[in-house]
Amino acid sequence: MPAPKLCVDNVSMTFQTGAIAGAFQALAPVTLAIPQGRFVSLIGPSGCGKSTIFNIIAGLLEPTAGRVIIDGVDATGTIGRVGYMLQKDLLLPWRTVLDNVILGMEIQGVPIAEARERALPLLARYGLGGFEHLYPGALSGGMRQRAALLRTLLIDTDLILLDEPFGALDAQTKLQMQEWLMQLWSDFHKTVLFVTHDVEEAIYLSDEVHVMGTRPGRIIETIPVALARPRIRTSALAPEFLAIKERCLELLQVNAPAAEPINQAA
Amino acid sequence: MTVQDSPTVTAGLELPPSRTATTKPKPRPVRRLPVQKDWPTWALLVTQVGILVGGIAFWEIGATRGWIDAFFWSQPSAIAKTLVIFFTEGDAWTDIGFTFRSTLLGFLIGTTVGSLLGLSFWWSRNYAAIVQPYIICFESIPKLALAPLIVLVFGIGLPSKVAIACALTVVVSTLTTYAGVKAIDADGEKLFYSLGATRMQVFRKLVVPSCLPWIISVLRVNIGLALTGAIVGEFIASQHGLGRAILYAGQTYDIALVWVAVLVLSTLAVIMYVTVSWLEGVLRKGVRQ
Repeated sequence: MPAPKLCVDNVSMTFQTGAIAGAFQALAPVTLAIPQGRFVSLIGPSGCGKSTIFNIIAGLLEPTAGRVIIDGVDATGTIGRVGYMLQKDLLLPWRTVLDNVILGMEIQGVPIAEARERALPLLARYGLGGFEHLYPGALSGGMRQRAALLRTLLIDTDLILLDEPFGALDAQTKLQMQEWLMQLWSDFHKTVLFVTHDVEEAIYLSDEVHVMGTRPGRIIETIPVALARPRIRTSALAPEFLAIKERCLELLQVNAPAAEPINQAA
Repeated sequence: MTVQDSPTVTAGLELPPSRTATTKPKPRPVRRLPVQKDWPTWALLVTQVGILVGGIAFWEIGATRGWIDAFFWSQPSAIAKTLVIFFTEGDAWTDIGFTFRSTLLGFLIGTTVGSLLGLSFWWSRNYAAIVQPYIICFESIPKLALAPLIVLVFGIGLPSKVAIACALTVVVSTLTTYAGVKAIDADGEKLFYSLGATRMQVFRKLVVPSCLPWIISVLRVNIGLALTGAIVGEFIASQHGLGRAILYAGQTYDIALVWVAVLVLSTLAVIMYVTVSWLEGVLRKGVRQ
């Protein structure tokens, strides 16, 4: 068996929240091993440390303990190793769509003319044809998300972190974007780590779903999704799909913060 | 449980009898949405010109009839004569050129230095924290009070006027640009760093472009401030300039010349303001925000 693309080895995170409150454990030791080319989702309630894990993998946050290993090399606390797409599209309003998409390449030292040349056919192919020279302000939410995702995919890394990329889109656009993402994923052969609140989205897209719990943030169960690919919308009605969905909802229900007694403070 | 709850529920549903029995509903006044009718542009223009002409006519007639003391207030016809003399025989162009140059230089230097200073705070939070109190202190000093000192140091020529204009504009630019720096989305920086950017790349590709609209937004304020600085410098000690002309005319009771200089100064101010507004529009289009 080949070495995993990404290995999160006993990573934990404790924030010092001041003298009175003391320390807050955002993440109990978490271990993940993700093979090359997989699509893996993390789901969990707010505050379960999903974004903390992502920031640690992207090197934007130094973990309290543990290591991040990418391609067998210790990458803890080093930036520029993964493509990271945050919840917001963060397109720069003063750059055209094309120039936004090449930002990653530009930062990594690809000459601008060459970067544009590489990006142009991809923009046309992935639904942004005709929008290349517009500014992001003129684009719809779905289009902006596409541009942001292409920006993430066009940099020279095999590992992509997507933090709720479709969270702010309407239901219809969200479905379209999921199909679009599947297409991209099979074309680019990237390893994807995907965070979402949406259980159905997680199962539909992934090879494996990690369900997380809160206080402290941790992985409580890992569920493989053995549904055949390519998947179609009606896959979501298959008994296997429903069984996984039921299990996920059960786990999330048990760990939901609302399950705590309401009058605790009184 | 149900037995315990039921009395509370009934009490909530029944309104107190006094309220329903005695209060009669008042008749509701009929109101319409107030609508303002816009005058056509020509009517607005005619009214505007009419007020101006009427004002000047009243001044002229009042001064001739003795309702207005022409010694203190002068009169339009005298001002018009002085205006012609000022341009044909006087130092009009030298004065205008002098004031214009000191204003423009002060504006350019003050705005540039201020913007760079504001941007520099992005590089180090410690440096920003150390320098900031000094900037705020300098902002709260009435800079014009320093003008006599500046004239002593820089002499009565152009440099002292430029220095005062700079002192007035530099702080505004610094603070506004720093506000722009602080308004940068932390997630934007996160995105750049996740792509493996260096600090210089973040500065050039994110910080400077995000702050440009803030820098542009002070240009109009700064041109006015720079002009004020230049004039005050000329009031204190100068051999040229519209400020000096106003001061000199006032001291020699040549009230018509005071008005002429003020008129020319206002025209200069309007021209510069309009130019900067136009420049602002062009720049804004360039930075798209």
